[in-house]
Amino acid sequence: MTEPATFLLDGVEIPFAPGQTVIQAALSAGRYIPHLCYHPEFRPHGSCKLCTVKVNGRTAASCTLPAQAGLEVESETEELNSLRRTLVQMLFAEGNHFCPSCEKSGNCVLQALGYDLKVMSAGFRHFFPDRPVDASHPDILLDFNRCVLCELCVRASSEVDGKRVFALSGRGADKHLIVNSASGLLADTDMALTDKAMEVCPVGVILKKRAGFAQPIGARRYDTRPISAQALEDAPRPLGQGHCEACEASE
Amino acid sequence: MTETLRRVAIDPISRVEGHGKVTLLLDEAGIVQQARLHIVEFRGFEKFIQGRPYWEAPVMVQRLCGICPVSHHLAAAKAMDQIVGAKLTPTAEKLRRLMHYGQILQSHALHFFHLSAPDLLFGFGSDVARRNIVGVAAAYPEVARQGVLLRKFGQEVIRVTAGKRVHGTSAVPGGVNKNLSLAERDVLLKDIYQIVAWSRDAVHLARRLFEQDLEMHTAFGSFDAHTLNLVRADGAMDLYHGGLRARTMDGKTLFDHLDYDRYWEEIFEEVKSWSYMKFPYFRELGPETGWYRVGPLTRVTQCDFIPTPLADMERREFLAFDGGRAANATLAFHWARMIEMLHAAEAIKDLLHDDDLQGTELMAKGERQERGVGVIEAPRGTLIHHYKVDENDLITRCNLIVSTTHNNQSMNEAIRQVARQHLDGQELTEGLLNHIEVAVRAFDPCLSCATHALGQMPLQVELVDAAGTVLDERLRS
Repeated sequence: MTEPATFLLDGVEIPFAPGQTVIQAALSAGRYIPHLCYHPEFRPHGSCKLCTVKVNGRTAASCTLPAQAGLEVESETEELNSLRRTLVQMLFAEGNHFCPSCEKSGNCVLQALGYDLKVMSAGFRHFFPDRPVDASHPDILLDFNRCVLCELCVRASSEVDGKRVFALSGRGADKHLIVNSASGLLADTDMALTDKAMEVCPVGVILKKRAGFAQPIGARRYDTRPISAQALEDAPRPLGQGHCEACEASE
Repeated sequence: MTETLRRVAIDPISRVEGHGKVTLLLDEAGIVQQARLHIVEFRGFEKFIQGRPYWEAPVMVQRLCGICPVSHHLAAAKAMDQIVGAKLTPTAEKLRRLMHYGQILQSHALHFFHLSAPDLLFGFGSDVARRNIVGVAAAYPEVARQGVLLRKFGQEVIRVTAGKRVHGTSAVPGGVNKNLSLAERDVLLKDIYQIVAWSRDAVHLARRLFEQDLEMHTAFGSFDAHTLNLVRADGAMDLYHGGLRARTMDGKTLFDHLDYDRYWEEIFEEVKSWSYMKFPYFRELGPETGWYRVGPLTRVTQCDFIPTPLADMERREFLAFDGGRAANATLAFHWARMIEMLHAAEAIKDLLHDDDLQGTELMAKGERQERGVGVIEAPRGTLIHHYKVDENDLITRCNLIVSTTHNNQSMNEAIRQVARQHLDGQELTEGLLNHIEVAVRAFDPCLSCATHALGQMPLQVELVDAAGTVLDERLRS
């Protein structure tokens, strides 16, 4: 067996398997790169840009960038974290994210990123868009106010559930999440609580009804440890410790 | 008629929670005919909550206030208990009670020691630079220390029951999301006996201050008023749950043990153009004379007994004091407030010895309803939350009648009485401003709660004659 190829991330050698992206290899090696729309169980999407790194002096989304031997990647720099803070501020400004009364608070990836990246101010004037909730489904509530357009629900419903319940519609600033039914209502789809699409929303859009706030403060995912520590636990197992599901490589 | 009255404005009131502005309407003889505590901030919570899922209400609506959010948290949760048709488990109800008594303790301690003690200890007209909690700490260090630690203990009770000291999340429709661990209980048990003792000392301090200048304290801004409060089925003071009791100023009972689901049959609300705060009144008496008083003074005087021994002993002494002269005295609010703080401390002590707090049956369910009403005795008085929820679980209607709103006209009346005693008709003196503020502050009004105030302004005072000419102007930052 030959030694795996490596690239440099913030000066540290990161081994990778053929087909892995920079973020996959980094997370597998225990190195955190902030991310939002990337999910280890789904193909890269590259839309949120939070995982942007500098490679040989140029910026790139690390979730879509194939790992290559000899790359020199910068991630943990003040310049990049400042850009990431701005991106998080823009995501907050674009929707209606009222953490104080949101049942996803403490379990929300966007909120956790805000804390981890030390976003201390709004930064931009908020849009306060008018986005009515869809409460038509007997078991599921959709609160579009919090959508960050990561398309994880779109991908999960399509690729795993085989239902295509969700899609994005509109362009540019008008882009928004829609429900694929004649009425546009979730009640007129076959979405169920057991769907993968129920699990993947990083923010508080897709919610099980009548379950909000059941978890006490202190027991929520990001109450005690930051997202940067926990994201590594979600990552595929490091090379050399068995089969890597995300990259479908095995030693 | 009011066109011929002179207008005196005091803007805003300091050391109340929120922003208030007072106008005194004088007749041509310089006598105060009307006092208006203006509430000009906009409150939007009844609108914000429309279209939101019902389980969000207890967490969202508590953001009305940072001083007594537990009251809104619990009143909304009680309303949502009705929406989900749940009868609480003993563990859930006792945990909520513990949270509420913690809230009463910390809020009353804050009000007495931090906000009112400076007036009471130094005198209403004393140097404003010293008349604050820092001044109290310098002159009466032990009093200030106990006040700070009493409040801290109450906040700790809230933290372990609600999850956070301010704006916790544990009361959910049908129950609570956590119990009290033995470790959390033991931390509180360690201090509770000291807290009870200090609370009793605080009652005695409030009494001594009242006695020191008895004539002034009994006369200051005092008036007869109808009353509204919750009582337990046996007539005991119950700050968490009970039926509504309404009595007229001459002791006649208008209704008693009224199921609070039907509050709207007996309590109406009037809107006035000069205030965002509504004016509730008893239907039977009408809007002109049907206004009433809520809060500690009402609860202590109108309950049949307090179900903890030390507080009940103090209640009996309070009622018997000087032939009952304290019962209607605006400044006796402070004394009554400290009796309630003692009751809260005793109730916390009893609950900490109850094994139900470590129970694991936290949630209950029942038959879904479309309407829910939750009523609680908040630190400042009766608090009503009323919601309607549609078949998709979204709130379609919300009505909140908060303690300060119930006391709206009572505060105007107290101001009028004080102004009549202390306005010379020509000039706004610092002393007059202080006296009016002390009268308002006795009610511990939460103006941000009643209207959701934003920001603060310096104190601005102007004196305007019947023709609209500014005779005098004062600015106090």
